[in-house]
Amino acid sequence: MDAVIASLPEYWDGFLRTLYLSVISGIIALIVGTLLAAMRVSPVAALRGFSMFYVEVARNTPLTIIFFFAAIVLPRLGVKFEQFEVAAIIALSSYTAAFIAEAVRSGVNSVPVGQAEAARSIGMTFTQVLGFIVLPQAVRTVVPPLINILIALVKNSSVAGAFFVLELFGYGRQLSNDYGNQVLWILLGVAFFYLLITVPLGLLAHFVERKVAIAR
Amino acid sequence: MTTQASGDALVSLNGVNKHYGQLHVLKNINLQVKKGEVVVVIGPSGSGKSTLCRAINRLETIDDGDIAIDGKKLPEEGKDLAHLRADVGMVFQSFNLFAHKTILENVTLGPIKVKKVAKGTADKEAMALLERVGVGHQAPKLPAQLSGGQQQRVAIARALAMKPKVMLFDEPTSALDPEMINEVLDVMIQLAKEGMTMIVVTHEMGFARKAADRVVFMADGQIVEDATPEEFFTNPKSDRAKDFLSKLLTH
Repeated sequence: MDAVIASLPEYWDGFLRTLYLSVISGIIALIVGTLLAAMRVSPVAALRGFSMFYVEVARNTPLTIIFFFAAIVLPRLGVKFEQFEVAAIIALSSYTAAFIAEAVRSGVNSVPVGQAEAARSIGMTFTQVLGFIVLPQAVRTVVPPLINILIALVKNSSVAGAFFVLELFGYGRQLSNDYGNQVLWILLGVAFFYLLITVPLGLLAHFVERKVAIAR
Repeated sequence: MTTQASGDALVSLNGVNKHYGQLHVLKNINLQVKKGEVVVVIGPSGSGKSTLCRAINRLETIDDGDIAIDGKKLPEEGKDLAHLRADVGMVFQSFNLFAHKTILENVTLGPIKVKKVAKGTADKEAMALLERVGVGHQAPKLPAQLSGGQQQRVAIARALAMKPKVMLFDEPTSALDPEMINEVLDVMIQLAKEGMTMIVVTHEMGFARKAADRVVFMADGQIVEDATPEEFFTNPKSDRAKDFLSKLLTH
C-alpha cells in the first residue's frame, strides 16, 4: 500500500499520458471512423470497397501487430517521428477507427430508409442527407456501442507500455520491478487509475443515451 | 423508340423498363404529362405504379429508356440529380417527416439548405404553407406528436416549400385512418385546382373522378389504359380494367 502512495507522482504521470493517448486517438478515430462509415454507405463503389477492405483488415488484425507496424515498419518506410507516442497514436487510432466505422454504419442502417429518401427528394446531396438527417438520428443508437469502443480504446492503450511509452501500464511494469514485494498493490493501483477513466465513460454513455432519445 | 419528348410535356417517360431480378416490373412505359395536368395512376397492387412514381425522381433506377423533367434528362447521380429532385416534390405513403426536426424545420430545411433561402424568409413562407394545409398551430411540435393526416399534410407543405414544377404522390392516403383521408385529399384537390402538375398513385377513386385530368391504369408493369376519368370509369376498354373496376364496386 505504501508503495502505491510513495509512487503517486509516477501514477499521476502515467495516468495523464494514458488519458492523453486515449483522448487524441479517440478524437482521430471518431473522425476517421465516421468518414469510413460515410464511404461505406456512399454511392461510389470504389469508396465502399476501400472502406470495407480497411475495416476488415484493421479490426481483424491483433492490436500488437498494428503497434509493431506503426513503431517499427513505418519508420523504415520513411515515416519518422521523435517519440514512440506518435506511433502509439497512429496504431490506436487506425485500429479503433475500424470499430467506430462499423458502429456508425450500423447506426446509419437503423435510421428508416424513408428518412433518407425524403431528404433526397427535396434535393439534398449525399453529404447533406448524411449530415443533416441520417447521422443526427443515428447518434441515438450509436452512442452506447461507441462508448464501449472508447472504453476498449483506453484499455488498449496499455499496449503502448510495451513499446517504450511510459503510460499507466508502462509505469506499472517499472514500479513492479522496483517494489517486487508489493506487486499486487502496484497492479491494483494501476487498475484503479484505469477505472478512473473508464467508469465515468460508462456513466456518460447512460446520460447521453437518455438525452438524445427521439420520439418516433 | 424515339426519345424526343413531345413539345410541352413537363414529365416524359420513353420506353422505360425495369427489372427486379427475374420480375419485369416496368414494361416499356411511355407517358407524357403536360404542365398543369393531374394524372392519377391506379391499378392492382404489384402492378408497378409505385415503382413508376419513384422512378420519376430516381429513387428507383431504371434499366433502359429515358425519363425527362421539363425537357432535361434525369442525371445519373450526384449534384445534378439533387438539383433536379429539388424541382420534383414527392409525398410518400409513410409521410417520412424528419423525426428529429420540428414541423416548421421539416418545411424550412429544404429551402434553407438546398436553395440557400435566408432563414427569416424560409420561416415566413413555411408558416404560410402550414397555414394553407391547416396545421399552422402545430409548427413547434415534433412529427411524432401529430396524427397521420396532419403529418401527411406537413409532408405536402414540405414538398411545396421547394416550389416544385411537379408533385409526385405515392399512395398518400394508404397509411391513413379512414377519417383522416379526406383532410389530405382536400389539400390535394385544392392543389390540383390551383394548377399544380401532379402525378398521383392512389386507390382513391373519388379523388380520381374529382380532380384528375387523366387516369392511367396499370397492370403487370404495363400501362393498359390512359383515358379521362369519365371515359375510364364509365366505359373501360380492356378486360383487365373492367375486372379491376368490378371488384371495387362490389364492395
